[in-house]
Amino acid sequence: MSIFSEVPQAPPVAVFKLTADFREDSHPQKVNLGVGAYRTDECQPWVLPVVKKVERLIVEDSSLNHEYLPILGLPEFRSASSKVALGDDSPAIKENRVGAVQALGGTGALRIGGEFLRRWYNGTNNTATPIYVSAPTWENHNAVFADAGFKDIRPYHYWDGAKKGLDISGLLDDLEKAPEASVFVLHACAHNPTGTDPTQDEWKQIAEVMKRRNLFVFFDSAYQGFASGSLDKDAWAIRYFVSEGFELFVAQSFSKNFGLYNERVGNLTVVAKDNENLTRILSQMEKIVRTTWSNPPSQGARIVSKTLNCPELFAEWKGNVKTMADRVLLMRDQLKAKLQALGTPGTWDHITQQIGMFSFTGLNPKQVEYMIKEKHVYLMASGRINMCGLTSKNIDYVAQSIHDTVTSVQ
Amino acid sequence: MSVFRDVTQAVPVAVFKLSQDFNNDQDPNKVNLGVGAYRTDEGLPWVLPVVKKVEKVIAHDDRLNHEYLPILGLPQFRSWASKIALGAASPAVQEDRVGAVQCLGGTGALRIGAEFLRRFHNGSNNTKTPVYVSAPTWENHNAVFASSGFEDVRSYKYWDAQNRGLDLAGFLGDLETCPEHSIFVLHACAHNPTGTDPTQEQWMKIAEVMMRRRLFVFFDSAYQGFASGDLDKDAWAIRYFVSMGFEMFCAQSFSKNFGLYNERVGNLTIVARDPDNLQRVLSQMEKIVRTTWSNPPSQGARLVAITLSDPGLFEDWKANVKTMADRVLLMRAQLQAKLQALGTPGTWGHITQQIGMFSFTGLNPKQVEYMVKERHVYLMASGRINMCGLTTKNIDYVAQSIHATVTSVQ
Repeated sequence: MSIFSEVPQAPPVAVFKLTADFREDSHPQKVNLGVGAYRTDECQPWVLPVVKKVERLIVEDSSLNHEYLPILGLPEFRSASSKVALGDDSPAIKENRVGAVQALGGTGALRIGGEFLRRWYNGTNNTATPIYVSAPTWENHNAVFADAGFKDIRPYHYWDGAKKGLDISGLLDDLEKAPEASVFVLHACAHNPTGTDPTQDEWKQIAEVMKRRNLFVFFDSAYQGFASGSLDKDAWAIRYFVSEGFELFVAQSFSKNFGLYNERVGNLTVVAKDNENLTRILSQMEKIVRTTWSNPPSQGARIVSKTLNCPELFAEWKGNVKTMADRVLLMRDQLKAKLQALGTPGTWDHITQQIGMFSFTGLNPKQVEYMIKEKHVYLMASGRINMCGLTSKNIDYVAQSIHDTVTSVQ
Repeated sequence: MSVFRDVTQAVPVAVFKLSQDFNNDQDPNKVNLGVGAYRTDEGLPWVLPVVKKVEKVIAHDDRLNHEYLPILGLPQFRSWASKIALGAASPAVQEDRVGAVQCLGGTGALRIGAEFLRRFHNGSNNTKTPVYVSAPTWENHNAVFASSGFEDVRSYKYWDAQNRGLDLAGFLGDLETCPEHSIFVLHACAHNPTGTDPTQEQWMKIAEVMMRRRLFVFFDSAYQGFASGDLDKDAWAIRYFVSMGFEMFCAQSFSKNFGLYNERVGNLTIVARDPDNLQRVLSQMEKIVRTTWSNPPSQGARLVAITLSDPGLFEDWKANVKTMADRVLLMRAQLQAKLQALGTPGTWGHITQQIGMFSFTGLNPKQVEYMVKERHVYLMASGRINMCGLTTKNIDYVAQSIHATVTSVQ
């Protein structure tokens, strides 16, 4: 008898199961609009030219070795990453009250931040502090905070299915009613999965309530630069909150905007009231990191650090990011145009109003099932599609498939 | 007022504090015998020649991209790493009941394994299952298991300070009297910090009791190949336990034997009764990984997989490992010889009897303080020295320092 005989089979992660099913499908016109990774117009993964260049520089640099990084990570990476989020001229940085923890992608940054908050925020080891995540949100948010020890994870109103936009009054209402000190996970830009972000005015309203009610701000920033093509534009909300005096966390991911998905490059930026508080916070972050991964992996952080800290490479990177963002914008335009040309029932403006990698099509679960089974177009059960999966070669087929689905299935 | 005002300052990790103090020390004769990383005879970090070679291959291989690895990691890395520990001819491997999780170094492997055991071993979420670590042990073992939720982390007798060797009777006594299903963390070879391993006969006795009393075997294998210079010899204990039919975990690190400290290359090898049990275990491992780092970093795993799977590179690697192991053996022999030549009080046979990177000198805390403050020779408060810190240039000074210390301070 096995000591593991009582261990139940866990269900697979939905987005990876979708890709596995896609791979097994032999239909010649199959399209994968599931997992969130950039694809070229040839539907291939894209290693950014600047990344290839910097990888070669690194491998030729004999002054580099493989000695352990500090627990909190590569210092030049941490500071450059925080600057990207907060802006070079951020007063908070000048006041020495911004610190960071190099983490394993956005997931790692959320986890370390979550662990810290559970141990030290709103009392000590207060597992009852409510954590609010948007309805809907990235499928892993809930579980990350639960595994960090929080017992009360709740949704806040976000997506208005009827108007296909932001339910700002529902959101504000939840902020007014949440217990003081609740933690809110905010998507800095390019909301996943809806692609719908608050306007600047809406962000201001959100910030006003959060400040008044002492709610904790935890930004998840996985798409900076990728959403609009402009790093600064995509960081507007983060910078606004910092300028309003919030202490906050930002979980940054460089998976998408550097295309470095598998090197796990992330950064938890910490904005504190002052340097003294920051020092104590970082000392406790070290303890959390030490029992999770000890110290972080070097390769991805070196690539990003070299790029961000060198003006020519930084400019080249911004060009690569714009290439990706522009292709997504083009696919958005074309998909909407084709659906309108086909006279597909419904309104399709949301496709170009939404921002970032994803679009919340509005297709319901039955329609999604039809898309997959009958059309071999793979998308998430929520109706979320990855715009990067669209190409000039498959966009007609996808538009036609949506049309057929919407007209056949209610 | 900061929401973080009650966060306390954490104490720095001792071994890194030691290196920091060493770095700040201006004394021309200073020697760092603290942190466990290999050093050449010039006192420098060493990027293994085979690593440099394979890094270049990777950087120039345009077929490679940066797409997410599977949650459990790079498949070729996982299977090769497990084969290194268990032996390619291992019946367990042939029987398809060996699986693995690519992790962030040995720390990550221990953490993922511990999280799994807390959730699924000896009931569900049984935080009271005792976890036993050797007295003494690596300074982070305790905290990793505590962070995974275990409330009862205890020590088992191991080091006999009187005889400067293994306290086998004490160890076996603890195995006989501990609660059933207790978890024991065993060092596969080159025990950290004592450098003292059980003999084969002693391992057989340990295994017999553990099988009879249904104790869980969790090997920590951070020095395979590095200890004796021979991969198979260093894996004898692991393989013996597998042959005895144990289901068990083995946390493997490639930090030392590949010199890839900062790329965080580790593997949690799982030996189960059969493929069905293995499958369910791995599915739950995915859930744990998903909320910790989502999926692991590619660079180090690629490097190790390429090296292990290519016969020529594999031989290169084994030779590089032997280079490191041989230098350590030379330093052991020379240090012992010099202490004996100086007539330093005490017996010094343990320096060459102990194995691996570390030696437990037997110096007491006052003597250690004297070594650090008066002689500028940095070692851990436990009396542990890293043999790799010794070179032909500093070994006389270190021997004299030990002599001066032992004769001045009791």
